[in-house]
Amino acid sequence: MKAIRLAATVLIVVIAMASVLGSLLPVFDYARQDRERINAGVSAAHWLGTDDLGRDRLSRLLHGTQVSLLLAPAAAALSMLLALVIGAASGLIGGFAERSSKLIIDLFLSIPWLFLLLIVRAMLPLNTSPALSAVVTFLMLGALGWAAPARILQARASRLRHAPFILLARAAGISRCRLVSHHVLPNLRPVLLAQFWISVPVFILAEANLSLLGLGVAEPLPSLGSLLRELESALSLGSDVCRFAALMVLILVVSSLQIAVPQQEAC
Amino acid sequence: MEMERSERGAGDGWKSVLRRVLLAAMTVLAGGLISATLVRYAPGFGSDERQLDARLSSASLAAIRDANASERRILPYYAGYIARALHGDLGISRSLNRPIQQILAERLSITSLLAVKALLVAWLAALSLVFAAGVLRLPALSLSSSIGSGVLLCIPAGALALLSVLLNAPGYLALAVVLFPKLNRYLSNLTAATVSMPHVLAARAKGLSETQILVWHVIPVIKGEVLALAGVSVGLAISAAIPVEALCGIPGIGQLAWQSALARDLPLLINLSMLVIAGVTLANSGADLLSADRGQAA
Repeated sequence: MKAIRLAATVLIVVIAMASVLGSLLPVFDYARQDRERINAGVSAAHWLGTDDLGRDRLSRLLHGTQVSLLLAPAAAALSMLLALVIGAASGLIGGFAERSSKLIIDLFLSIPWLFLLLIVRAMLPLNTSPALSAVVTFLMLGALGWAAPARILQARASRLRHAPFILLARAAGISRCRLVSHHVLPNLRPVLLAQFWISVPVFILAEANLSLLGLGVAEPLPSLGSLLRELESALSLGSDVCRFAALMVLILVVSSLQIAVPQQEAC
Repeated sequence: MEMERSERGAGDGWKSVLRRVLLAAMTVLAGGLISATLVRYAPGFGSDERQLDARLSSASLAAIRDANASERRILPYYAGYIARALHGDLGISRSLNRPIQQILAERLSITSLLAVKALLVAWLAALSLVFAAGVLRLPALSLSSSIGSGVLLCIPAGALALLSVLLNAPGYLALAVVLFPKLNRYLSNLTAATVSMPHVLAARAKGLSETQILVWHVIPVIKGEVLALAGVSVGLAISAAIPVEALCGIPGIGQLAWQSALARDLPLLINLSMLVIAGVTLANSGADLLSADRGQAA
């Protein structure tokens, strides 16, 4: 199992590096159109062919992977911050704060997440720039995806509140700040990290669903999700294998991220 | 003494049901308010495409602005909506220009049928695979189902819906494929944990067949959790129905949610969010009650 986890980690690092390095090269311009070669197949100039607008698929794939791989962890970090503030803090305080935040968490968990995302994303002005749409999409994912990690963090923090070493530290007169920074946070760190890595593939998939509905990252900026919209044209233009490249990369990225996370620390 | 205890138990049961119903009602009301608030404070709220129509008179434009202005104060708007809803008036859809009650009635049956079919297929497939792997004890079967569900978990519901269109498969099958890996993975983990419990090992040591172990010692243990999962799976089906219906062109509640979000139709969005939250909450509460009843009976 360790070998498989290591292989998954290496794969994700390779994909991330390839996307970052590739997108830095001027030859890989994701927006440049080659009007002479629309829907072209594999060639020396276009290794994965071109899309409906004559744009190089490989360039778009490299940039799209980079967008998803950079913004999904950022959204996960925001989500963890909210989970820490709402879940872990209330778990540590206990009493009314814990009970009321539990109710709020349960409420957010009972609302279908995709539905909320759909509502808020659709409200963005139509003239939003592509870069801003990408940032806002992932920001929304982070702002609405905190409930599940918050519940786990709250349970762990609540258990920590009654732990003998915390009681001992309190009895010794340690300040609240020191208690949190030296005793609570180090004990919450493994759960927090595991939840962070679990959230990253979840956010990549959520963005993909939004993009497929036309509500994700706006054109011409690519993301792994928006590249999947090529599957729609595969219905009318025949199933060129290269149209499935984004789907393949998405499966590789998400599965590698899922395998690389030590699941036993997640709960 | 026995009768007194059973009467007390029945009283506690009713109290628990009542508490859950109240909690579910509060969740639905709060969920509707959250959705409305999110819509209200989302950037771009109040920009109505009809205002760009050059054919409209200034009076019509003023009327559109007035209609939007009433939606700006979200608490009075929501309170008014609840008061009207209690009298059976769910309002008029701004984008479809029809009574919302009528639209929901038309679409609800389509989504319900789709979800029921998909849940049946997904549950049947997941249970048969998990139990077959348990009875036959074939590592190859467990491994292949684990890899298969792992790969399916990495594909977004929307992509599965598009692939189903590409393969001319019905929409409910796409939804079933979205649900199957989650059910399969949870049931496999649950069964694997139960199979390694001491009483199962003892039963195996006594020479019971795998089918007997499964029926007498595994299923009774996991029954409560399976019921809870059944409730959760309804919520998953409702959530996944949005991309599946939108991309497969199925005119159900999911497609309506997508269309109303695109059209920024606040009255329809509030009704839809309350309906969706009510469905998810009722399914979860029902499953909780059933598993609690079974726990008490045991």
